[in-house]
Amino acid sequence: MDNCKCCENKGYDELGAFIDALPSKKGELITVLHRAQSIFGYLPREVQEFIAERLDLPLAKVYGVVKFYSFFSMTPKGKHPISVCMGTACYVRGAEEVLTELVRQLGIPVGGVTEDGKFSLDTLRCVGACGLAPVVIVGEKVYGRVEPKKVAGILADYSDEGEVRS
Amino acid sequence: MSKMIDLTIDGRPVSVPEGSTILDAAKKLDINIPTLCHLDLEGTPMVNKGASCRICVVEVEGRRNLAPSCATPATQGMVVRSNTIRVLHARKTVLELLLSDHPKDCLLCAKSGNCELQDLAEKFGLRENRFEHGAQSTYVKDMSPAIERDMNKCIMCRRCETMCNEVQTVGALSGINRGFTSVVAPAFEMPLEESVCTFCGQCVAVCPTGALVERDYTWKVIEALADPDKVVLVQTAPAVRAALGEEFGYEPGTLVTGKMAAALRMLGFDHVFDTDFAADLTIMEEASEFLDRLTRHLEGDTSVRLPILTSCCPAWVKFFEHQYPDLLDVPSTAKSPQQMFGAIAKSFYAEKLGIPREKMVVVSIMPCLAKKYECARDEFSVDGNPDVDISITTRELGHLIKKANIDFRNLPDEDFDDPLGASTGAAVIFGTTGGVIEAAVRSAAEWATGQELSKVDFEALRGLEGCREAKIPVGDLVLHIGIAHGLGNARRLLDAVRNNEVEPFHAIEIMACPGGCVGGGGQPYHHGNMDIVAKRAKALYREDANKPIRKSHENPSIKALYEEYLGKPLGEKAHHLLHTHYFKRHKI
Repeated sequence: MDNCKCCENKGYDELGAFIDALPSKKGELITVLHRAQSIFGYLPREVQEFIAERLDLPLAKVYGVVKFYSFFSMTPKGKHPISVCMGTACYVRGAEEVLTELVRQLGIPVGGVTEDGKFSLDTLRCVGACGLAPVVIVGEKVYGRVEPKKVAGILADYSDEGEVRS
Repeated sequence: MSKMIDLTIDGRPVSVPEGSTILDAAKKLDINIPTLCHLDLEGTPMVNKGASCRICVVEVEGRRNLAPSCATPATQGMVVRSNTIRVLHARKTVLELLLSDHPKDCLLCAKSGNCELQDLAEKFGLRENRFEHGAQSTYVKDMSPAIERDMNKCIMCRRCETMCNEVQTVGALSGINRGFTSVVAPAFEMPLEESVCTFCGQCVAVCPTGALVERDYTWKVIEALADPDKVVLVQTAPAVRAALGEEFGYEPGTLVTGKMAAALRMLGFDHVFDTDFAADLTIMEEASEFLDRLTRHLEGDTSVRLPILTSCCPAWVKFFEHQYPDLLDVPSTAKSPQQMFGAIAKSFYAEKLGIPREKMVVVSIMPCLAKKYECARDEFSVDGNPDVDISITTRELGHLIKKANIDFRNLPDEDFDDPLGASTGAAVIFGTTGGVIEAAVRSAAEWATGQELSKVDFEALRGLEGCREAKIPVGDLVLHIGIAHGLGNARRLLDAVRNNEVEPFHAIEIMACPGGCVGGGGQPYHHGNMDIVAKRAKALYREDANKPIRKSHENPSIKALYEEYLGKPLGEKAHHLLHTHYFKRHKI
């Protein structure tokens, strides 16, 4: 989501409506955090405060859950978030080298975002596509059998501002 | 009656009610299985059995893995062994792992001598650690005016979290992160001072290590006492006299009022006064305010807010400022005894001594950590000079006396100084749950009826049940009184009032700590034994029963103060010096 005020307000409206539609607010924190992250792309403090207030939960508890699960992030993602699978199968088939190449080409560390906000880089554990190992995910698109020399080509897919060439 | 379960532990048979844990069963046999994260504060919702530390593991026949005894239910025919070589190996490894990520500077730790981790290390006789070079977290100390958090010493037992969230329902603390970087912290790791923390100090009371301790101001007291230009006054809260003795080896529940006064004089305080005096003063104002509201209510004034809520507990005050910002006009506006004492000392008494308030230092000895925060609140100072300069806990006073080589046990009993040291039995019971409202009823009843009470003991208001109510006949009226101690109980009672689930109350007394001030966060560590807290409460009722005067409004020094200086309760001067107002604070 872009960071303009009207989009942000729309995001809160959407999240508020989602919370209001829940049959009960009890035990729904993780569901709500998932939805919030899909709306805003990350979970900044203001969003956590909004959730704590709407779910009538202590802010410390919301923050505790966000900090416990590595899936939840408090830093904004790039427009095209890149995740490299570091699960066992991907790892033994060279995920580490792929990751090193991505770090080199993007010029950012794992967890970082490129200066233009276009890419962010993370690792994750097993996406269940071990047959395609090693796997790299960009946004919703899954790239299988990736090798370091294929990295440049993958990044080039996004050279036209988000238009994925097929 | 619940079903009984038969099992054997270390070859000895035992029967326990269904639902009991192996640890419960072992206790029944006086088998002392070590625990660390486990804590069961009977009479409160504090049952911490996260089974996260694994120090209490035992061997259960037929089970492949060792079982944490604190969280494993006893079952019929279970055969448990608590001291096999496998168990001892596991416990040793657990302890080594815990210590590998814990600082070793015990000699400099405020909890030294009271630390449960230190006790375990001592019990196990560890002389080396196979995992010596474990990661040490490097969190910066969080210094609030009342509580210090040193997360390097946190062992993630999460007792503080259970206390803060389940018992007190404050919600300031949560476990965050994972592995070596995991700690318990406020939201966004903000300083405690910026969070919804009430500074009740119950997290400190249950922390097994030195991760949570009080902010220690004893050295500031020593400096004030050594300053020849300062006149140093001390006031001691009611609950301190029933617990200070524990720091010197006395049985819990021993009253050491006289020895404490003698020790304070030996420490060099110029005037040894008593917060009990100010407690009597609080009753004059609070009971007057209550009667005023009640009279107007009975006359049909619909703008009057009832029930009146007591306001002498600063953690409770901060709690309702955060959690009930719409009810800020409901609590009594009377300041707490600590702050009334400071206000009178630095006006009336400073004038009497002919000194400016800046020359006077008021020290308070409190069973409480929130009192440190309270005396630092802006509204309790005049031109930057606080009414109460330094507040220290019962524990800190114990240290101060030891540091000064005072042989406490052989001190003679001495009295407090006049005039701010005179008090009644009504004042001393402020230190236990139900005491403040009983003291208020004693005065309000006599004022309302114009008749002397035939009996000043209101047993209906006493006890340790978390939420209770009582009906007290006063003339033609029956007062409906509510009492809650522990902030979670306060929340339950207030929510019930708000949702009209209970018959309307006329007055409600609230204390933040389980048991009231006798169970305060600044008292000697009870290590989970709530009997100690009950014994302290009984001691205060004993002191009350033995006092020649037992009603606040009959305190001759209080009467003189109104005649000489204040005028009438709720009068202009009293309002200016003895009443306060509350602030809306953020809810989450």
